[in-house]
Amino acid sequence: MDILFEHGNFALLRDGFLQTVELSALAALLALLLGTLLAAFRVSPVPVLRAFGTVWVTAFRNTPLTLLFLAAVFTLPRLDVRFSPFTFAVLALGFYTAAFVCEVLRSGINTVPLGQAEAARSLGMTFGQTLRLVILPQAAKTVLGPMSSVFIALPRNSAIAGAFSVAELFQAQATLTDLGYPIALIFFWVALPYLTISASVGLLFHYLPQIVAAGGRLVRGLSERGTPVRTETVEANQ
Amino acid sequence: MSTSIVKDLAPGAAPLVVLDGVNKHFGALHVLQDINLEIAQGEVVVLIGPSGSGKSTLCRTINRLETVDSGTITIDGRPLPAEGRELARLRAEVGMVFQSFNLFAHKTVLENVVLGQVKVRKVPRAQAEAKARELLERVGVAAQADKLPAQLSGGQQQRVAIARALAMNPKVMLFDEPTSALDPEMINEVLEVMRNLAADGMTMVVVTHEMGFARSAANRVLFMADGRIVEENTPEAFFTAPRSDRAKDFLSKILHH
Repeated sequence: MDILFEHGNFALLRDGFLQTVELSALAALLALLLGTLLAAFRVSPVPVLRAFGTVWVTAFRNTPLTLLFLAAVFTLPRLDVRFSPFTFAVLALGFYTAAFVCEVLRSGINTVPLGQAEAARSLGMTFGQTLRLVILPQAAKTVLGPMSSVFIALPRNSAIAGAFSVAELFQAQATLTDLGYPIALIFFWVALPYLTISASVGLLFHYLPQIVAAGGRLVRGLSERGTPVRTETVEANQ
Repeated sequence: MSTSIVKDLAPGAAPLVVLDGVNKHFGALHVLQDINLEIAQGEVVVLIGPSGSGKSTLCRTINRLETVDSGTITIDGRPLPAEGRELARLRAEVGMVFQSFNLFAHKTVLENVVLGQVKVRKVPRAQAEAKARELLERVGVAAQADKLPAQLSGGQQQRVAIARALAMNPKVMLFDEPTSALDPEMINEVLEVMRNLAADGMTMVVVTHEMGFARSAANRVLFMADGRIVEENTPEAFFTAPRSDRAKDFLSKILHH
């Protein structure tokens, strides 16, 4: 246990842990938003958008993440794009994961029968409404499993940022190694936080259906309690 | 015919739906060949013909679920716009009922009928729900309002689908083989709703194999084969004295099996 409580090691690991959590959370948010947008592009009726989505996925899904970090940290500054290493890491990790989110969503969209979209369109819904109100809610169920794999992989992939000047968990490991602690001990105290993060993400996805359902009940309960006027309107119309 | 509910049409009124020189190909197959068709306000047109004759495709082109290669389609004086918001607005005025119902599987029956009103027509929710309940009452499935589509029989689902389309106050209703996926004992409950709709003056285009419905509710029967409208006539004249060989052959097969 000595490793934890001497030379400020605890603070080092804690800060690394928090940095990994922050990096992962921001990259996850970016990947989710961007990935959803890319999936919408890939199923859209506009050929240019479809092509953009395809190129993005092909480029980012098939390039090693380390290479993406390398490109972000060393190539972009030469083009006068200057961010902190942390921001570069969020972008590289977010852009990379977005490609996977896109493909998971797209495969989910493809499981929803075509007739659902035709019915929505024939009611006069726009492409966006059809996707948001009819297709994605039905795709969500099939998507949940593969999507949890993507977001469990994300915090572990974030370790690469440690090699590119981001003071996260993996870099804390490098510091501890330099200080000469036994490798097995270091491994344990660095792997444990990663395990905690990934397991938490897994649990979150496992209970997501119940969480969403409870949220829906709460919203409905509030709206029913909050608008007694509405029931009167219904009766007045009948 | 004593059961006939066919009404007289106002003569001289501008046609509601006009197809002019419409052509469409699926690859090498020329599915619609020079289709010219005018449908009057309040008219009930039944499309019949062998499978692969293009009747479903013709029906689906009217709200642009199928694009056409050439020719124009006009609804209430306005040509069908290309993809986009303008097209969406026009689609809202054309009700569509599918062979496989296509009710939104994740929404209750009531929500299915409410959704389009609220999201497309921007009707206040309370008003939309009241209208939905009224329409569900009209098609006889009010008691199922809070169930999911999968909990209903096929006939009930199709009646909900009709209510969903009616909720948009469409100018014309398209029915693409609405009873072909139903068990025989459920066909009549759907046809009854459609007969009532026709009697109320709804303009309807119906692709069907139900010759009884064509006889009792149609103003006009169009017989299609190989992508062309081969024959068109009143139901009485068409069924008793078909002129073309294709129609004679088709009728002899379906009426004497």
